[in-house]
Amino acid sequence: MLQKLTAQIRQVKKYQFLFSELVKRDFKKKYKRTILGMFWSILSPLLQLAVMAVVFTKFFGRNTEHYIIYLFSGNLIFSFYKDSTNGGMHALMSNANIIKKINVPKYLFMLSKEVSSCINFGLTLIIYFIFVAIDGIPFSFRFFLLLYPVACLLIFNIGVGFILSALFVIFKDIQYLYDIFTQLLMYLSAIFYTVSVYPEKIQKLFYFNPVYVYITYFRRIVIDGVIPGVKYHLLCIGYAAAVLIIGMVIYKKYNYKFMYYI
Amino acid sequence: MKKIELNNVSVSYIVGDFTNIGLKDVIIQKIKGTYVQKEFMALNDISFSLNEGELLGIIGTNGAGKSTLCKVISGIMRPTAGTMAVRGSIASLLELGTGFDGDLTVRENTFLRGAMLGYTREFMNQTYDSIIEFAELKEFEDRKFSHLSSGMKSRLAFSIACLVKPEILILDEVLSVGDGAFRKKSEKKMLEIIDGGATTLLVSHSLAQIRRMATKVLWLEKGKQVDFGETKEICDKYDEYLKKK
Repeated sequence: MLQKLTAQIRQVKKYQFLFSELVKRDFKKKYKRTILGMFWSILSPLLQLAVMAVVFTKFFGRNTEHYIIYLFSGNLIFSFYKDSTNGGMHALMSNANIIKKINVPKYLFMLSKEVSSCINFGLTLIIYFIFVAIDGIPFSFRFFLLLYPVACLLIFNIGVGFILSALFVIFKDIQYLYDIFTQLLMYLSAIFYTVSVYPEKIQKLFYFNPVYVYITYFRRIVIDGVIPGVKYHLLCIGYAAAVLIIGMVIYKKYNYKFMYYI
Repeated sequence: MKKIELNNVSVSYIVGDFTNIGLKDVIIQKIKGTYVQKEFMALNDISFSLNEGELLGIIGTNGAGKSTLCKVISGIMRPTAGTMAVRGSIASLLELGTGFDGDLTVRENTFLRGAMLGYTREFMNQTYDSIIEFAELKEFEDRKFSHLSSGMKSRLAFSIACLVKPEILILDEVLSVGDGAFRKKSEKKMLEIIDGGATTLLVSHSLAQIRRMATKVLWLEKGKQVDFGETKEICDKYDEYLKKK
């Protein structure tokens, strides 16, 4: 066991250089040849937020306190989930040329994509906190607890990335199916409405949606100013761990077979 | 000491249907019971072994499975059947010039490729200048990679891959890189590595080159092993086969 672990660590060390180069590449590529460059990662969620705020404030915003922050929390988490899993899905195929020619662990391409979406998320998070301050929500040390759902979501995204990238190698349709799926998921994540309009029983069903759980964690801390209960913490880590394990099993089982399909 | 040993190695690709038709049709066909997975034997029952310092020439017409064999030995692909042992560090030069990123600069690509080949950052920092010098790309360092000519791309790939002294060297149609001057330089570099005791696999369509350099020859045809043995004998046979065709 210990031997296995040290071997694993040595492998990680060996590929550290490659990993950092890949992250650099993914990040550079994303903003190359755009005039606004990195500002896009700030601008695009802001524009989305603006549209949503204009459209929905009239319908849902009347009875919701800090509706803009409510909306932003949902959007922030959901965009992170969507970007990162979409990137993860294409990670293997878009590097097929390299995977076919050079013997490197394929999961590195997936992880580097996840890291660059994480950096993106970090940038939006800064804007989020600026909005929080403008909206008159005082800063609290509770905010540091937000690292917990973010870490869980990151693990969750990596797991989903593993599953999707494996499926995508074999079934190209998965990208269209996943588009529809994310759209549905968005409507089911209570981004612009509150679940309180539903009866108690239906409200509980929302907890089957992991993204909703992560969003709610954010809102509890920032808007409601309370620390979510143990149940939330368990759900956060539970979803993340379950998906990651499934993803890793799939990857381990099929990764060398990808070569026959790419 | 045996550096490379292959026993009854086979590789089959799954072709047609499965990857092209997509999920919907797979499900429909599975329900209908018409679903079949087609297989294509890229390599069929290959066995040979190489000692330290030997140079194996791999010959065969297009689609014989030469490149697949190189991929298997470099560890990119796993054989679907059979066993294989490869001992020592490998440098494989397969289809040079691919797998680079057109949007990044030459410098960025050099570091990225070096990292993929398992070099450390310190090593790359130290040797970067000599790579660029060998590739003769000094004035292109900060240009976008897609602006290079295909000869320049292969030159860079060759220079990065040949920096280390590998124990096993796999060359897939690479000794025809670049212009005449660079070809001479690269062949010299290759010979240096081979003379240093590296076990080498050389895929080439130039029979003259194989005759000149190889100590053993493997002849593949449609994935099957036609013959393996002494250079002269097999090259003569292959020559005859090509004439008859």
